[in-house]
Amino acid sequence: MRLWRPFILLIPLLMGVFAVHYSCSDNRPKDSIPVQQSGSTLTGHWGLEKLSDYGLFQGRLADLIPAEGVLPYDLNMPLFSDYALKARFVKMPEGKKAIYNDKSVFEFPEGTILIKNFLYPNDFRDETKGRKIIETRLLIHESSGWKALPYIWNEEQTEAYLEVAGGRKEISWIHTDGKQKTLQYSIPNVNQCKGCHVKASRLIPIGPSARQLNKNFAYSDGIMNQLLRWRNAGILDQLPDDLSQCPTVPDWNHPEGSSLESRARAYLDINCAHCHSKEGPANTSGLLLDIHETNPSSLGIYKAPVAAGRGSGNLLYDIVPGKPQESILLYRMQSTDPGVMMPELGRKMVHEEGVQLISEWIAAMKPSSF
Amino acid sequence: MHRYFAFVLILVALAACTSQQITYQDIEKQLQTQLILAADGDTLHLPEGYFKFSGSLSLDGKKSLVIRGAGMDKTVLSFKNQQEGSEGLKITNCENLRLYDFTIQDTKGDCIKIQKTKNLVIRNVKAEWTGKPKKTNGSYAFYPVDCDSVLIENCIAIGASDAGIYVGQSRDVIVRACEAFHNVAGIEIENCLRADVYNNLSHHNTGGILIFDMPELTQSGNGVRVFNNTVRKNNYRNFAPEGNIVHEVPPGTGIMVLATDNVEIFDNKVHDNKTIGTAIVSYLLVKKKHNDANFDPYPKKVFIYNNEYKNAWYRLPALSYDLGRLLWLRFPLKRPAIIYDGIKDPSATGPDGNYLEQYRICIRNNSNGTFANVDAGNGFKNISTNPAPFDCEHPKLQPVALPL
Repeated sequence: MRLWRPFILLIPLLMGVFAVHYSCSDNRPKDSIPVQQSGSTLTGHWGLEKLSDYGLFQGRLADLIPAEGVLPYDLNMPLFSDYALKARFVKMPEGKKAIYNDKSVFEFPEGTILIKNFLYPNDFRDETKGRKIIETRLLIHESSGWKALPYIWNEEQTEAYLEVAGGRKEISWIHTDGKQKTLQYSIPNVNQCKGCHVKASRLIPIGPSARQLNKNFAYSDGIMNQLLRWRNAGILDQLPDDLSQCPTVPDWNHPEGSSLESRARAYLDINCAHCHSKEGPANTSGLLLDIHETNPSSLGIYKAPVAAGRGSGNLLYDIVPGKPQESILLYRMQSTDPGVMMPELGRKMVHEEGVQLISEWIAAMKPSSF
Repeated sequence: MHRYFAFVLILVALAACTSQQITYQDIEKQLQTQLILAADGDTLHLPEGYFKFSGSLSLDGKKSLVIRGAGMDKTVLSFKNQQEGSEGLKITNCENLRLYDFTIQDTKGDCIKIQKTKNLVIRNVKAEWTGKPKKTNGSYAFYPVDCDSVLIENCIAIGASDAGIYVGQSRDVIVRACEAFHNVAGIEIENCLRADVYNNLSHHNTGGILIFDMPELTQSGNGVRVFNNTVRKNNYRNFAPEGNIVHEVPPGTGIMVLATDNVEIFDNKVHDNKTIGTAIVSYLLVKKKHNDANFDPYPKKVFIYNNEYKNAWYRLPALSYDLGRLLWLRFPLKRPAIIYDGIKDPSATGPDGNYLEQYRICIRNNSNGTFANVDAGNGFKNISTNPAPFDCEHPKLQPVALPL
């Protein structure tokens, strides 16, 4: 009898072990099984593997010194991307020109490459302390249309590699206020690139329009208006002789000499209108923020949201004149919750200066005029 | 003593194990890469298991792609820890797309959003927010918008803070044999041209099936059939954030037609929805501003017949909503099954003030289909329960035909 006792004690123990094993193992897949793909194995040609393969820069790649035929440019009112600085370049095929228009992005010739490098200085107050390039996005105009390709830089800053699925990188810097900032920076995948660069389902550039390029730029051989420089370089056709006829938008950072209205509209145009326009993917919302929009309701004034969900923040209208804090538009600019924030992609931080600008704009609207 | 010790050990072990029962695998980058590199006509087979994602998955511009899981509840894509992107799966510009046999969960925004896609079939897919339904859940579980030829079949939607199955601004839509519960709206068809909603079970939502038309959008809705559905006990509290149109829907709403023309509702079982079985209302009732000169806020040519209504007298309507209060005060013992707000489009009436033949609201042959015209346009002064002015019929709508 005594001999059996330990075994009797063992029974519940074994039952326990069995129960634990059974209940735990139930949901566990045995191995990590890859996603199987059946059908064609063609993956298509996306782009060259390395950024250096394009020969866009000379000398050390990270110095971003443009090669022959590659021209740097800048925009008046850039898109906010978590305070990243952007070094932009354009290259057009020998003898080919972009065609000027005063309303939208120029018509670029086939073979054009638009190059945008995203970088952070180590210290925003002192650029001599070095910088880090995170990614380079190429927009390439092929016969079948534009395509967007993200290249991610290596830690050594010697090369950037094509990564169609995008990626993430932790970065940190000293901000203009002297504070350390750290961020999980996201590099978009090629679909996400198109998610913004799209008009009527076709991929297109967003930035290089007359109003955005009409500004002075410090070239290596002196300061000059970019539109003139493009014409002189033989890459821009049909530019009016009188530059004062060309539209311009203010730089949000330099409010002198421009109205609050024009700065706010330019800000919304570059940050929102790539989706929120008649032919953009957010046309289903009825909120249209491009710079040419004139209907107050389409601009969000006393406009009820359509499919905002919790993005409404319990507020009734996109813009309530005079009341920024009751305006959904501002609420979504101030959020970093992926289910609430606008734009949906391309930022992890709140653009304090942008929020300030739009807040002032809404506060200055007179409710009686709508 | 020893025996107790063993017992405690089991309990401890079981408790420890339930908290880490599911092992999530990471296939995020692999799957996203395949979604990009897949060739037209390919099938992506999602394996069995639990998979976690930190950002939206995106698919664009593919033809005849099939994404097939190992089965609903067998392949589970979880977005519980989503850091970026407002959808779980975002699909744009595809043709002949098939989504089969998986579950997608707990996204920050919508579970599956599909835009500008032609010929879409979603079959045997569950899209849900786990846990108790809450305000912070995403808006839509299934969200095709601006699509052509959409079939959503044998799908389950749970916990959406707006609508479980929502089809917006699309052409030729079928939602059938689906189940929706614990959403604010179970199934919602908004601004769609030609939609059939049938054989579905919509229960324990705030509102069962909503047919809505909203201003300032790319198209108005027209031609919706809602038939053979079971719409029961949609008495769940409204947890939609304010600002959204569904926030206005009183708990206990079975089927609601808002501002949409040419709607046919028949052969449904509409049971135990505490406030109202079926409501036909104008956008004017919502009292929201809009600035769309082309928008028609009045529902017209609505035909409701052969439905079975049931609601117990003791089940109180949603008293914190105007409509609920009104119904309770005016009909304390037996609420009407069907109400019409009575606000008419002045441009569609004849000299007698009634709708011309082709625009009438027709209500006929419903079991327990008691009716009230609540005269909302005149401050609810002349509420009438006389069904005679609505005893008429319209030619039946053609079934939606999909070229799938």
